[in-house]
Amino acid sequence: MTDPVLSVEGLCKSFGALRATDGVTLDLRPGEIHAIIGPNGAGKSTLIQQICGGLSPDAGRIRFLGADVTALPVRARARMGLARTFQISSLAMEDTVLQNALLGALGAAGRPWGFLRPALRDAGPRTLAEQALERVGLGDVAAVRTAELSHGQRRQLEVAVALTLSPRAFVMDEPMAGLGSAGSQQLTALLAELKADAPVLLVEHDMDAVFALADRISVLVYGQVVMTGTVEEVRADPRVREAYLGDAP
Amino acid sequence: MSRERAFNLAALALLVAVPAWAQLTGETFTITLATRAVIFALAATGLNIALGLGGLVSLGHAVFFGIGGYAMGILAFHAQSYTPLTDWPVTIPGTKLMPVIWLVAILVSALAALLIGLLALRTTGVYFIMITLAFGQMFYYFAISWPAYGGEDGMAIYVRNGFPGLNTLIPIQFYGLCLAWLLVVLWFNARLARSRFGLALNAARQAPQRVETVGLDPVRLKLVALVISGAVTGLAGALFADLNRFVSPTMFSWQLSGEIMVFVIIGGVGRLFGPVAGACLFVALEHLLGGITAYWHVWLGVLLLFIVLFGRGGLVGIFAGRGAVHD
Ligand SMILES: Nc1ncnc2c1ncn2[C@@H]1O[C@H](COP(=O)(O)OP(=O)(O)OP(=O)(O)O)[C@@H](O)[C@H]1O
Ligand SMILES: [Mg+2]
Repeated sequence: MTDPVLSVEGLCKSFGALRATDGVTLDLRPGEIHAIIGPNGAGKSTLIQQICGGLSPDAGRIRFLGADVTALPVRARARMGLARTFQISSLAMEDTVLQNALLGALGAAGRPWGFLRPALRDAGPRTLAEQALERVGLGDVAAVRTAELSHGQRRQLEVAVALTLSPRAFVMDEPMAGLGSAGSQQLTALLAELKADAPVLLVEHDMDAVFALADRISVLVYGQVVMTGTVEEVRADPRVREAYLGDAP
Repeated sequence: MSRERAFNLAALALLVAVPAWAQLTGETFTITLATRAVIFALAATGLNIALGLGGLVSLGHAVFFGIGGYAMGILAFHAQSYTPLTDWPVTIPGTKLMPVIWLVAILVSALAALLIGLLALRTTGVYFIMITLAFGQMFYYFAISWPAYGGEDGMAIYVRNGFPGLNTLIPIQFYGLCLAWLLVVLWFNARLARSRFGLALNAARQAPQRVETVGLDPVRLKLVALVISGAVTGLAGALFADLNRFVSPTMFSWQLSGEIMVFVIIGGVGRLFGPVAGACLFVALEHLLGGITAYWHVWLGVLLLFIVLFGRGGLVGIFAGRGAVHD
């Protein structure tokens, strides 16, 4: 079996008495979409935060591309190729769509230190940014102020910025959140393509999307992974049906 | 042509026409006022780089203004008294040459901005404001209690410093120098806003988390912005001291930091010509209302309140609307 791209071992994080992450172990293998599902407050975002470096765990280890990154800051992990999208869009709203994508391209190149030449005349990063926008379907609105985008377009832009980082792994926190069904279908199709670029760790509430996309699913409840399995296994598991999918057994 | 560009060109035309007219009619005092406005505009342009692009609400920019002023004062004092700044390890003489004074003012205020930034940028929001204010007070009291350079009384420089090929004692020539600096810095600011650094800094102001997730360090971007900002305001301080041929601890005062902030807010935060518009209006009001009532600051306060409540883009915003997206 090939080595996992990203792995988490025995991760724990408490907020006071609350164990938001309670001994989580999981991994992300090359070429897969690994979905994490779980009820509200299960600790999904907290887990993602620790994987990306925004929160430091109380115990446990995080390995990325074979290296222990547990102690590295967010930007070091990003430079290694860990591309994250946020549950709540985090974009420069006053800037244009292209400028947001360009920021990713400049970050990926590690070259923000140009003081006189217009950033948009930098052919390399600009091409990268434009390609990413084309891929997510935002090519036509590149010159629009980000604040004027629809909610769905902002989610697409989050993905485009991640794409400019030439990522080795995507970590996405509820990319479908707040999208209508047409929007989620579009984004589902896009994520299915992204898998070819790099594996995706996908936190998502939209079960249609998860069942359509995921190669494996982990179920997180009260900070613990109660099971990991294929779509069929998870669908068939009575605990999941009861606790999460809301079906009567 | 966008309305903002029209506004900027009109402002530029006034900066040339008013002093030219004053020169022709022999109104020397108007030239002095215009020089004061241009120097304040330069100081505020410095702040606008930190505040408008980087979102750094510094209430301590008088530190850099004062450092620039004292750089000029100390160098000129040693030159006019024929004493060296220091004899060890090498003898460093004073100077009356503006280019050298400017360079020292820029370097020392940039260094101060670096040190202040390293400490202050560990915090954000109100704490950042408080730390910058505290640094201002530290420098103020330090200047007061430093007898070698005049202490509380400050020190006077007998003759304005020189610039090769110009007679800086002639008001219009000194004005020309100050205006040239303002134009150079405005040009630089315009380029900076569109550069890679400007793009990243802009994003660091709006969404620091985002900047970090693309692998950049928002704090380092802001630190560099503060250094550039401090250097510009320091240069303005050196020119201001030369205008008055006098430096005193008031150049470090929090009131002055507040005024620099007021120029930017009245004119328009983050707008290229905001500091210019704000500083010119301030100097005009100071002159016109100051002659009528000693309480003219009250009217300034009313104006400020009006702008903050109703015209978020300041004067530039009122004339030119919301800023266009940079292309
Ligand atoms: N910084 C914090 N301090 C204290 N408690 C926190 C903090 N962050 C999260 N929590 C708590 O930890 C638990 C897990 O939160 P988290 O946001 O990870 O859940 P989630 O699974 O992402 O939920 P959702 O589906 O609503 O996004 C919640 O009970 C939350 O209130
Ligand atoms: Mg969440």
